[in-house]
Amino acid sequence: MIEQLSRNERQLSLVILLCLAVLGLSMAAVGRDDPLGAHGALVLLAAIGGLFFVISGYYAPEAGPERLHSYYDDPSKVGIVIAMAWALIGLFVGDWVAWQLVNPDLTFDAPWSSFGRIRPVHTTAVIFGFGGNALIATSFYVMQRTSRARMPDQLSPWFVVFGYNLFCLLAVTGYLMGSTQSKEYAEPEWYADIWLVIVWVVYFVLYLRTLSRRSEPHIYVANWYYLAFILVVAVLHIVNNIAVPVSFGHAKSYSIFSGVQDAMTQWWYGHNAVAFFLTSGFLGMMYYYLPKRAGRPIFSYRISIISFWGITFFYMWAGSHHLHYTALPHWVQTLGMTFSVMLLVPSWASAGNALLTLNGAWHKVRDDATLRFMMVAAVFYGLSTFEGSFMAIRSVNSLSHYTDWTVGHVHAGALGWVAMITFGSIYASVPWLWKRPAMHSARLVEAHFWLALAGTIIYVFAMWNSGIIQGLMWRTYNESGTLAYSFVDSLVAMHPYYIARAIGGLLFLIGAVIGCYNIWMTIRTAARSADARAPGEPAPLYARKPALEPAE
Amino acid sequence: MNVFGFHYRLERKAIGLVLAIIGVASIGGIVEIAPLFTIHQTVEEAPDMRVYTPLELAGRNIYIREGCYACHSQMIRTLRDEVERYGPYSLAVESKYDHPMLWGSKRTGPDLARLGGKYSDEWHVAHLNNPRDVVPQSVMPAYGWLGRTDLQAADLGAHLKAMRAVGVPYTDDMIANAATDAYGQAAPDTPFAEGVTKRYGEATNVRVFDGAPGRLTEMDALVAYLQILGRLTAAAQKPLAAAKE
Repeated sequence: MIEQLSRNERQLSLVILLCLAVLGLSMAAVGRDDPLGAHGALVLLAAIGGLFFVISGYYAPEAGPERLHSYYDDPSKVGIVIAMAWALIGLFVGDWVAWQLVNPDLTFDAPWSSFGRIRPVHTTAVIFGFGGNALIATSFYVMQRTSRARMPDQLSPWFVVFGYNLFCLLAVTGYLMGSTQSKEYAEPEWYADIWLVIVWVVYFVLYLRTLSRRSEPHIYVANWYYLAFILVVAVLHIVNNIAVPVSFGHAKSYSIFSGVQDAMTQWWYGHNAVAFFLTSGFLGMMYYYLPKRAGRPIFSYRISIISFWGITFFYMWAGSHHLHYTALPHWVQTLGMTFSVMLLVPSWASAGNALLTLNGAWHKVRDDATLRFMMVAAVFYGLSTFEGSFMAIRSVNSLSHYTDWTVGHVHAGALGWVAMITFGSIYASVPWLWKRPAMHSARLVEAHFWLALAGTIIYVFAMWNSGIIQGLMWRTYNESGTLAYSFVDSLVAMHPYYIARAIGGLLFLIGAVIGCYNIWMTIRTAARSADARAPGEPAPLYARKPALEPAE
Repeated sequence: MNVFGFHYRLERKAIGLVLAIIGVASIGGIVEIAPLFTIHQTVEEAPDMRVYTPLELAGRNIYIREGCYACHSQMIRTLRDEVERYGPYSLAVESKYDHPMLWGSKRTGPDLARLGGKYSDEWHVAHLNNPRDVVPQSVMPAYGWLGRTDLQAADLGAHLKAMRAVGVPYTDDMIANAATDAYGQAAPDTPFAEGVTKRYGEATNVRVFDGAPGRLTEMDALVAYLQILGRLTAAAQKPLAAAKE
């Protein structure tokens, strides 16, 4: 890994790691027994580990200049492996919290393991750990190929990958220690937020520098989506997280927003994290991997333009549908509802564009579980965007809000759309990246597919049932005109569905474990077959370094 | 010039795309959020509204730390069944001093916006120690360690100062006495108790919340917070009272 870095880049990485070590040390010193102090120690350890790694390879001979004529894929490889590791953590913790609602004593009487602390561990690990790493890894792969250009340097992609994972690590360990801002999907405290901004700026600059080196005159659709993901997430993250820390020695901070303004800002962030992290980014993934795997061009270039700008414009208005019938002014609720309904048009245009791209390749969908992952993802994208627009209607929302229906909706999108398109893209890229003809086992991909689909369907149906039952029980009146059910009655009615949900989640987790095994075996055989080749024997075509060639 | 022709040229310019994305994406947020700070009617007037005492604020921070908001909302919607189940619907002014707000998005447990005064301190302590002792069907985690953990009160002044920096009207007097006020609110028979009612009003709850005098625990703070929910102002009760007359 280090031999790919130029001498200057090796020196620069040592400087960066030294600065990080000093930062960690000072955080540990001023934070002391505050969570900030523990995080300082974590940063210091990470920096020291990085320093050892760079120094151990520091005197390795520099790779020749011919490497500059091929794509730089090492960061994508590492990113994919890390993404799968986060998937295991996130899905495991998710299923654990699901079982806690079946049996609340599964906390084992420890503070760190209670529902309220590990639920954000689950959401952060799957959204930012699994989803974010997959987005970064695939975006590096896609931006180079669609631009027919190598990344401008070898250091900044590593800074992005490792810097981003340091953020994820600070976030997740913070929750376990009780350090959280309580802002949903933006729980990490101020210092982790600042660190993410630095990483994100480097990511954005790297993306633009690669695009500026492109030999294709046009910027391909996938890159528009990745760009929107990077840019808008930056805006959302910075605005939503403005806060005043208690002191530089405290992890705790107080948001500058309060009450109704804070509610609107948080859901403007929250809903658009769904939009630009979990939709735009993954649409970028889909627009590259689905046509590539199907061997078909995108069905309509014009539909992709309309849906791109539709999503970018409409989504930003939709956040207030999370606040129907609350103390948020009525006019904002109405705007949110209106734009949410309109959002169906660009959403279905994207889903339709993806499915129509498969025309002429449906036999491949039947035979190839990897492509089927992507197809089912597009279907779930269509389903959950329809459901989302429907639930944003005020009268529907009066029933669905605060219930498990919302949880079911989120997981239809997260498991059915985000995770499926990611697994499909990862199964497509792993053989490409590690120079293998195919995955280690096609049958295991097939097994993963059916486990993931079954798990998602069981999960979503369980939550639809429980959510609607809950909503109806809360508003049912008896003949004498009083409420028919106590809150506890509704809670008892949820029990069988909570068991079903946890089983659905377990199936999904088992699928991901199989996926990890399959990927691991593919990587191992790649290493072995490269070693086994006789010196001088030419590598098979799939194993050659990808040159910068016009193929997109 | 047609739209697609324009786009055909736009997508050849990375900076053009970047600016277009930022421009198009900014409009929604600006139109929906900025007016909430300027339109006067967004937040009602409530002259009787008081700030959290240091002990209540510490309790609120424990509520945040433990992620209670993941299962409990603090926002009663303007729907008949919610008002009958939980009490008068929530007003914007009631969370005016909530940095951040804790309206929540999910009710795995019931709404807590009007919890204050609904149950006794003893009930809360028993419930937090093991929810199934008082509600056999509950799926809430047990928080037994709260009553065994001393509250970190020494730096509460710094917390109040940070809250003042974001716009909550804490006085210098309140900030200077934050730590002793936290102690005094849970120790009614000590000289520190007097200052609490002097600074935060006669109606402030001053008592041994966790049932164990002499020691200031996280349980004291959390129960003090739960007992003030919905009681910082009586503004929400007014529309109801007016309707009855």
